[in-house]
Amino acid sequence: MATLVSRRIDWTGIVFAVLLTIAIIGPLLVVGIWAFTNVWRFPSIIPQEFGLRWWSATLARADVWSSISMSLTLASVVTLLSAIICLPAAYAFARLDFPGRDILFFSFLAGHAFPKFGLLVAIAAIFLQLNLIGTFWGVVLIQLVGTLLFMIWIPVAAFQAVDRRMEEAARDVGAGPFRVFWSITLPQAGPTIAAALLLSFVGTFYETEGAWLIGAPQVRTLPVLMISFINNQPVIQFGAVLSVLLWIPSFIALLFARRVVNSGSFARGFGG
Amino acid sequence: MSVLKISSVSKYFPGGTKAVDSFSLDVADGELVCLLGPSGSGKSTLLRMVGGFEDPSSGLITIDGEDITHLPPERRPTGMVFQSHALWTHMNVFDNLAFGLKLRRTGKSEIREKVEAVLDLVGLAGYGERKTHQLSGGQQQRVALARSLVLEPKILLLDEPFASLDQHLRERLREEVRDIQQRLKITTLFVTHGQDEALSMADRIVVMRDGRTEQIDRPDVVYRNPQTPFVAGFIGTMNLIDGEVAHGRFHRAGLSLDLPISDGPAILAMRPEALDLSLADQGQAVVHRVTDYGTHGLVDLDLPEAIRVKAMVDHPDRFSTGQSVNLAPRAVAAFRDGRQVFRS
Repeated sequence: MATLVSRRIDWTGIVFAVLLTIAIIGPLLVVGIWAFTNVWRFPSIIPQEFGLRWWSATLARADVWSSISMSLTLASVVTLLSAIICLPAAYAFARLDFPGRDILFFSFLAGHAFPKFGLLVAIAAIFLQLNLIGTFWGVVLIQLVGTLLFMIWIPVAAFQAVDRRMEEAARDVGAGPFRVFWSITLPQAGPTIAAALLLSFVGTFYETEGAWLIGAPQVRTLPVLMISFINNQPVIQFGAVLSVLLWIPSFIALLFARRVVNSGSFARGFGG
Repeated sequence: MSVLKISSVSKYFPGGTKAVDSFSLDVADGELVCLLGPSGSGKSTLLRMVGGFEDPSSGLITIDGEDITHLPPERRPTGMVFQSHALWTHMNVFDNLAFGLKLRRTGKSEIREKVEAVLDLVGLAGYGERKTHQLSGGQQQRVALARSLVLEPKILLLDEPFASLDQHLRERLREEVRDIQQRLKITTLFVTHGQDEALSMADRIVVMRDGRTEQIDRPDVVYRNPQTPFVAGFIGTMNLIDGEVAHGRFHRAGLSLDLPISDGPAILAMRPEALDLSLADQGQAVVHRVTDYGTHGLVDLDLPEAIRVKAMVDHPDRFSTGQSVNLAPRAVAAFRDGRQVFRS
């Protein structure tokens, strides 16, 4: 039997969708066009000459390649360290009851509750005394702080969602507590934790203020390099090409996320 | 060849609640004992203490004379089947069964042999490569049973294993589990709140209430000779009537029956199937409702003082709402101060 509900066109919804699309796609499109433009002079609407000239110019620079490898190394190291530190902590938050648990749990929000730059400047002052300014590990430390929230809160939700009977059943057949965590709890929470790792990797890759304030000028990540290009070079194309390069990791992350993260895990991670 | 001994085991939860209160039980080799009771009676807590998932506050648990009271679960020779089957969904059936064997450093070919044998035993030969979510509820519970059995535990623990299954499947599985248990002669402790399960499977039933034992007996004895009014009311259907005994007769709600006990208050107990009805003008009770179950009928009767009793009849079509009837119990029991004082 057919339903007799007439479908009305939701004009408000369509307007919002179109505006949102323009707001998101528009700038991306402009930057994308600039990256493949050789000549584009006012008042022409489309570039006079397309081409890959600025790509070869950008990729020929040694500082671009060193900053790409710096960014990848940094994001990998930070994500790995963050996992080693945060996953056991998240498990403790999810499964154990200890005094001050709730206050500690919400304290991770504190780093994100205040203006970030103020916090960074304060930390930079401390790092200066510790001789961490301009060092790789100084940048690692500052970026670790940024990943704490994701890497604690999302895995906590993931661990809480694991059926305790599964863990008990594993104890029952002879697995010790650590083996249970490794063979049962971690794989069960796997997809959601993979989402947290992705977020942490991509977040670190794009993090700019901390990396610039603590790392400059010795440690130059791709976003930091882009800032200096924008500030120092009169040529728009350098920045545009770097922007397109910067999209690559998030694009790969998205593809990966679609495969690894089954629907709902992301939402579960955020308590949805 | 395994004997489970539970001696004066108690479990207090934080806040002082007594979940299990000085409980003792011996389970003989190859015996299946059912812990039966309403929720909150402590039966699950007791089972979890035997499995090592709860630490007893006091008391002693031994298996074949060996003290296991405070051992962690992984070091106990017990195998537990959980209510929610608790299969590891990221492994296939084979890996679920092989996990415990791998932890015991069993050889690959031996693992394969054992897993195939146990799958055959539970009627799931050839299901090894299936994912757990590709199985039906009954099959999942069979895999959970196989996961415990493959390790050849000394004591098998079943925690309401059929609770999530539908009625038909439940009946079939309990026959299967009973068959397997008898074939392997494995000592088994079984927790349930379903009296049908307990009556049909157990060698002995422990009726529990508020963390204590009400009665431990064979199923037929628990049914026919309940020692407390709680057991009488919990197992099967029982008409329980509070009344007074004076000069060897029980009085309440228009009833007057011979009851050769001393004067004082008493609870009269009559099974519906031991209650004869006869139509009568100005009878003791009025028919409230007649229910036909096909094999038999149940008649709900209103007595004075808002007391209702049930009687089982062979021919429900002989009775209808509003009729006046007389009751004649063929067998009664009587309780006083929580204990049985008379049985005919």
